[in-house]
Amino acid sequence: MANGEGQKADVLQGTLDLMVLQTLDTMGPQHGYAIAARLEQVSAGALQLNMGTLYPGLMRLEQRGLVKGSWGTTDTNRKARFYALTAAGRRELAKQRDAWDRMAGIMRTVLRGDA
Amino acid sequence: MATLREWIDRLLGTLRLRRGDADLEAELRAHAELAAEAEGRSSRIAVTQAMDTVRDRRGLPWLHALFADVVFGWRQLNAHRVVSLAAILSLGLAMGATTAAFRLVDAVLLRPLPVDHPERLVFGITSFVDAQGRTDYYDNFDYPTYRRYLGMVGDRADLLVVGSANAVEAVIGGTGEPERITRQFYSGNVFGVFGLQPALGRLIGPADDRTPGGHPVAVITHDFWRRRFGGDPAVLGTVIRIGQVPYQIIGVAPRGFVGTEPGRSADVFAPATMNVEALEMPGWGWYRLWIRPHPGVSVAAVEQLLQADFARRRDDDLTKMPPDTPRRRIDARLSEGLSLQPAATGASGLQKTFRRPLIVLASLVAAVLLIACVNVANLMNGQALARRREMALRVSIGAGRWRLIRLMLVESALLALMASLVGALFGWWAAPFVVSMLAGPQDPVRLAMDLDWRLVGFGVALTLVVTTLFGLLPALRASATAPNDVLKSSGRAVSHRRLTGGLIGAQTAFCVFVLFVTVLFVTTFARLASYPLGFRAEHLLTVDVEAKPSPDGPARWTRVEDEARALPGVTKVARASWPLLGGSRWRGDVRVPGQTPREPAHFLTVSPGYFATMEIPLLDGRDVRAGDVGAGVDDEKRPHDGVGVVNQSFARVYYGGRSPIGEHVQLLRGPNTVVTMEIIGVVGDSVYAYLRDPIVPAVYLPTDQRGGATLIVRTAGEPGTLVPAMRRLVSRMLPDARIRVVATQQELVDRQVLRERLLATLSIFVAAVALLLSAIGLYGVLHHTVVLQQRQIGIRMALGARAAHVVRQVTGGLLAAVVAGAAVGLGGGVLFGRAVESLLFRVGATDIGAIAPPLLVLAATAVAAALSPAIRAARIDPASTLRAE
Repeated sequence: MANGEGQKADVLQGTLDLMVLQTLDTMGPQHGYAIAARLEQVSAGALQLNMGTLYPGLMRLEQRGLVKGSWGTTDTNRKARFYALTAAGRRELAKQRDAWDRMAGIMRTVLRGDA
Repeated sequence: MATLREWIDRLLGTLRLRRGDADLEAELRAHAELAAEAEGRSSRIAVTQAMDTVRDRRGLPWLHALFADVVFGWRQLNAHRVVSLAAILSLGLAMGATTAAFRLVDAVLLRPLPVDHPERLVFGITSFVDAQGRTDYYDNFDYPTYRRYLGMVGDRADLLVVGSANAVEAVIGGTGEPERITRQFYSGNVFGVFGLQPALGRLIGPADDRTPGGHPVAVITHDFWRRRFGGDPAVLGTVIRIGQVPYQIIGVAPRGFVGTEPGRSADVFAPATMNVEALEMPGWGWYRLWIRPHPGVSVAAVEQLLQADFARRRDDDLTKMPPDTPRRRIDARLSEGLSLQPAATGASGLQKTFRRPLIVLASLVAAVLLIACVNVANLMNGQALARRREMALRVSIGAGRWRLIRLMLVESALLALMASLVGALFGWWAAPFVVSMLAGPQDPVRLAMDLDWRLVGFGVALTLVVTTLFGLLPALRASATAPNDVLKSSGRAVSHRRLTGGLIGAQTAFCVFVLFVTVLFVTTFARLASYPLGFRAEHLLTVDVEAKPSPDGPARWTRVEDEARALPGVTKVARASWPLLGGSRWRGDVRVPGQTPREPAHFLTVSPGYFATMEIPLLDGRDVRAGDVGAGVDDEKRPHDGVGVVNQSFARVYYGGRSPIGEHVQLLRGPNTVVTMEIIGVVGDSVYAYLRDPIVPAVYLPTDQRGGATLIVRTAGEPGTLVPAMRRLVSRMLPDARIRVVATQQELVDRQVLRERLLATLSIFVAAVALLLSAIGLYGVLHHTVVLQQRQIGIRMALGARAAHVVRQVTGGLLAAVVAGAAVGLGGGVLFGRAVESLLFRVGATDIGAIAPPLLVLAATAVAAALSPAIRAARIDPASTLRAE
């Protein structure tokens, strides 16, 4: 759902989980900032997650047992909390990705107007 | 699963068992620093803002807020420790009484039997209208009826013989002293239909119930097994000798099954066909008829079948009655009807006797609970008033209405919770105490009152209801605070007085109700307890002996009496067919020449010296002498004429006060058997089988008892001390007899007023609590009113008002509330009294004597409660009050 300016994207309800899980799957264990930076980068700046959105989301994933957080050190020798996918997280990602693909396909068909 | 895990995690988060604030903040700060490093932006504010959202996400915000409320409420209660303690104690007392009442009602009336499908069991009763026009019922049947019903019902239902649980004397293991145990006869199908499995050995089955007298086997209860045999598995085969029958223990019933009569636990079960004498005896009702319709058959269908038979036999009886049968007897027979009652919770005399009293007690206790709730509501309301500024502040900084209600309700719940703990302890102690009052020491009542989900559920529900009752109103009021008014001025809420008045009125109504009902019960007990018995019950022992009839019976009895007279401490000994007030009764028709037939007379056979022993005064003529022959029927059913003594009522009813000595009357002894009796003496009236029965003409016939009899022993000292000596004497001199019951006459009297004593004692206790709580409530409210109106009173007094006016002004509104409440309470009491009239004795619901005491007591209480606040109001010093504001 793009907003009026068309520059930044609100996080579509429910998609944050999927994006975070996918990011962790692609890049391996990451801290919060790296996840946000990565999402901003792949969306060409359209997705800018503030801390108030990102961290409750991460906490929700952790509470559901989909990711696991632990303190570590960054390349620049700073302390940060790193999140890694759990086995359950990996399963959940596969499930949600399928659901999303199916939904996107349906949407495409519908929006093409020739359904 | 994911969501459950999430909830648990968040619950732990609320309890601060998951990541702490420092940890969260460190992560966010690290993020900010990484961002600053990469993008050159600093975002301190973002960290603080994000902290809130993350923190909310970590736990459950509402739960967290609830915790905060609990902590705050606890501090509030702590701050007003005296008030809180008073509230907790009064509420606890009331809740304890409620819990105890529920435990009793549950144990006696509600708890289902631990058997298969208890809801499908029913038992038969025969209802009738008694001489006083009240509907009553008996629930025992004779064995010939069972045989007949078996044939009629066929395979539509299981018919069970469930004998009454009776105390018997038994010798266990072949040696030792006889012990009192409780025996119940069961037909062979009972355990099977109940679906019970033995804890040890086997249970009585159909094969154990075929030949009359042929199966001397017994099953004992698990409880008896533990209590008497220490749970020894070698108990099987042990012999329990009851009378002449050596029963062999074949099994132990499952744990928790103690028979079918709440209040009376069985110890031993024996096959019904072992009750040999009763099997062929029409009219000897000794068991309850339990029925379980087979699947697909309705209770109504079985009921109809039995009712048709019942009606047929009744009509048959009616046509056979002699033409001069009194109208009343025909009506009585016509009023009889058979019906089937649910037996899911068992069937017992205790239930029958105490169903209404227990419900009455429960109602009284509920009224007390309401009084306590009103008290606490008033207290909370007063506090809410004192906290109006706090509430107003909360509203003005944005607290919602629901938030304030929750705050107040949490406080109430805390109070209720603590009160329920006090109440649980109290109820725990009180319920067994009440049970011990349900019966005399000879005949203890045993009830299943273990803690189970029903009690726990009741406790939780009670706490919730109580919280809502006293907490909601103040909470709603507090939440309706209009901050502007409160913060701006010190204006006094007028509606406060209206609410308080209403609460006080309600409280008074409940209190007067309880007091009134208490007076009814206490008067009933007092009237019964001081009821003239007609004999002296103190220092009298009755020994009821069962013996087989033998030709030398009278001679043997005379020897027993002589020996008993020689015992130290015994002053007089006599004999009768049964003790007075023992519940046994013999009624027979009397015809006096020249008079129309009247209601049947009471009969009793007595030995010479009976009246002297009982201390029933001889008013005219002479006592029974040795050698006198009573008018009656001998063993070969041949009628013979004789003599007899009558009571004062007999003389008054039939002879109008003229001396009846030497007159002849006719006694009807069976169909077409009439014997003539010459009246040789007149004695004073006395009660007969039951204390409440009206005294009717009575005839005392000289005894020719060949079998059992009751020895009446007048003692110099405490009659109970003679029990062992009398037991030894009877078993030595009458080895083939057995003692059925030994009881002092006073015990027999007490047993008759057991229910009334229970109601009187408990209602006095309940009334005392109600009065105390009401007094506290009234005092608290008046005190509070004076404090609130201090300024106003000061102004009035400065303007010249007299102290009396001030006092009237302070108490006036509340007085009206008290009067109105008292009127409502009295009205309720009168209605209630009407509903429970059958429990009352010689006191009506509209007796002036019954109405006056509660009002006086209440008035005294109100004055006492008002005194101190009124004095305080009158002493207010205008100058200092006005300066203080």
